[in-house]
Amino acid sequence: MSFPWAKEYAPKAPVMKWLDDRLPLPRFVYNAVGAGYPVPRNLNYFWNFGVLAGVALMIQIVTGIVLAMHYSANTLVAFDSVEHIMRDVNSGWLLRYLHANGASMFFIVIYIHIFRGFFFSSYKAPREMIWLLGVTIFLLMMATAFMGYVLPWGQMSFWGAQVITGLFEAIPLVGPALKEWLLGGFSPDQAALNRFFSLHYLLPFVILGAVILHIWALHIPGSSNPTGVEIKTAEDTVPFHPYYTSKDGFGLGVFLIILTILVGFLPNMLGHPDNYIPANPLSTPAHIVPEWYFWPFYAILRAFTVDFFFIPAKLLGVLAMFGSILVWFILPWLDTSPVRSGLYRPLFRKFFWVLVIDMAFLFYLGGAPAEEPYVMMSQLASAYYFAHFLIILPLVSMIEKPKPLPGSITEAVLGKSEPTAAAALA
Amino acid sequence: MVRLISFLVGLFFSGWLLVSLIMGAYTYVTEPIAPKVEAQFFKEPKHVEFAHDGAFGKWDTAQLQRGFKVYNEVCSACHSLRHVAFGDLMAIGYTEEQAKAFAASKQVPSVNGQTGEPDTRPGALADKFPSPFANDVAASAANGGAIPPDLSLITKARHHGPAYVASLLSGYEDPPATLPAENQPAPGKYYNPYFASLNIGMGPPLSDGQVTFDDGSPSTVDAMAKDVSAFLTWTAEPKLMERKAVGIGTLLFLILATTLAYMSYRTIWAEKKGH
Repeated sequence: MSFPWAKEYAPKAPVMKWLDDRLPLPRFVYNAVGAGYPVPRNLNYFWNFGVLAGVALMIQIVTGIVLAMHYSANTLVAFDSVEHIMRDVNSGWLLRYLHANGASMFFIVIYIHIFRGFFFSSYKAPREMIWLLGVTIFLLMMATAFMGYVLPWGQMSFWGAQVITGLFEAIPLVGPALKEWLLGGFSPDQAALNRFFSLHYLLPFVILGAVILHIWALHIPGSSNPTGVEIKTAEDTVPFHPYYTSKDGFGLGVFLIILTILVGFLPNMLGHPDNYIPANPLSTPAHIVPEWYFWPFYAILRAFTVDFFFIPAKLLGVLAMFGSILVWFILPWLDTSPVRSGLYRPLFRKFFWVLVIDMAFLFYLGGAPAEEPYVMMSQLASAYYFAHFLIILPLVSMIEKPKPLPGSITEAVLGKSEPTAAAALA
Repeated sequence: MVRLISFLVGLFFSGWLLVSLIMGAYTYVTEPIAPKVEAQFFKEPKHVEFAHDGAFGKWDTAQLQRGFKVYNEVCSACHSLRHVAFGDLMAIGYTEEQAKAFAASKQVPSVNGQTGEPDTRPGALADKFPSPFANDVAASAANGGAIPPDLSLITKARHHGPAYVASLLSGYEDPPATLPAENQPAPGKYYNPYFASLNIGMGPPLSDGQVTFDDGSPSTVDAMAKDVSAFLTWTAEPKLMERKAVGIGTLLFLILATTLAYMSYRTIWAEKKGH
């Protein structure tokens, strides 16, 4: 930590001094989430979601490790082993529902975290690397969640795997061979289930590594803030502990309350009933839908219905689906406005809310059946999605005249007729 | 350069989507899609209420036992219950002796200790309910090509599961006169508007007075359908009561803890936030 106003770790107890000279782990923690990390004093509740995502990851890892002790990655018994967890394993139902709903909560938190980044342009210099790592984490999460959903070997597990791995078939020349290589066969079967289990266990730890890099990269420039004005003096900051540990403690309580309501009273609300039917390769479900958190991208995939000369529509859909997330990688270079915060960007702000509505619409459409008029709506919503990032955002950055920024974070907080932290996003 | 390429890519994707939209809209207008017959005649499940509904609802064990009797005397002829063990019956108010006696009255697959040949033996508490058919081929052959689904998870494996089961079992009726000929039930099929394809392979399984309940409850089709639906809710989610109890206890704790966390947050920030 290079801030001149950061507090220096000064151990008092002899044993801590001894430890600090040999393995400065307490110093590391102190500088990471303790009083040694100065944070802007004006962060609003949208800055809680990074910590919440970290907690969600830990819940998934802990419940997942215990579930793996009772689960069998064998197509003959995988479905029954999940029911064994639900019925015979002590508190197994609790672990499984925590894991399934924990994944949903993880994605809710991550989507809010990402949209926080969109609104306050958290991706801008000098924080591009934090953003790039964040998008990488999101991609890893999607791969992990997809493979996790296959493990119960229900109808949606099987047919979801069939559809998603089938996407690779659209790749010219190598597609079919690539699909067979990924699955270890012509369709999802024992080889696929076993490797998905292996990778589903591995990837969370890859995510954990990426999260460590994400936080490391965060600690170089320090946290952004709702005004987008960089820290100028020590007065602009408060130490992470106790100020943001206490605020995160409250946020964590709200997060856990929502998770508890889901697990205790609505554990299957976000799942699909068909996944309580054992996988049957001979019976295709009426509507194959992925888990809810993939719906916007599923809607984009299915929006391409017309071949573009020699490029088949399916390949276009696959390119667009992956492209819709990959576009986030170049966001720091698409948005050239010198102002970070959406609070001071009147035009950008309008388009931001259009994007939020567009994304909500894509969520709805991805879960709807692939028939008219939903396909037409998906085409419209997907067209806006790409236009927003690739056309509108660069243009807005060029033509927009931003509002004057506050002189400093402290000035914004102490109210010189500027929006305060509490009023952010209101 | 990045922005120029991005602009062109964005123009291509968005443009082609709009072209697809116009082509789709043209087809939609010139060749309107006829509404599906199934969608016109299909009925959403009836509204059914159970004692175990809601955050504080408890099992009505008398109802679960009645539902179990309906399953045992009617459904079990064709439908398995393979995730439920005989010993689980103790959770719906049967004594260990009653559960043992019931288990012993059923034959479960086994191997002859002397010859090694396939055999059967009386069930024990740890045994799961045996399937009425030796395998799927036998089940399919005996049921006109359809395999009667296992019922252990049926109320979680259908949208609005408990209401769906109750509605389906009590929802058989004569096909309406307006139903097109190609949607009329084929021989061996039965009209049921609660079934997605309207025509179901299972004949009406329940008739008034079919099961005699020990507690003297009425055995109308509606009552039996509801009772068996309650029983199948239990088979699908046997830990429902534990789950709700854990939910309420955890929620009470978390509300207290979160209130305290909020108060400490406000206290810590009291000086910093003031104007």
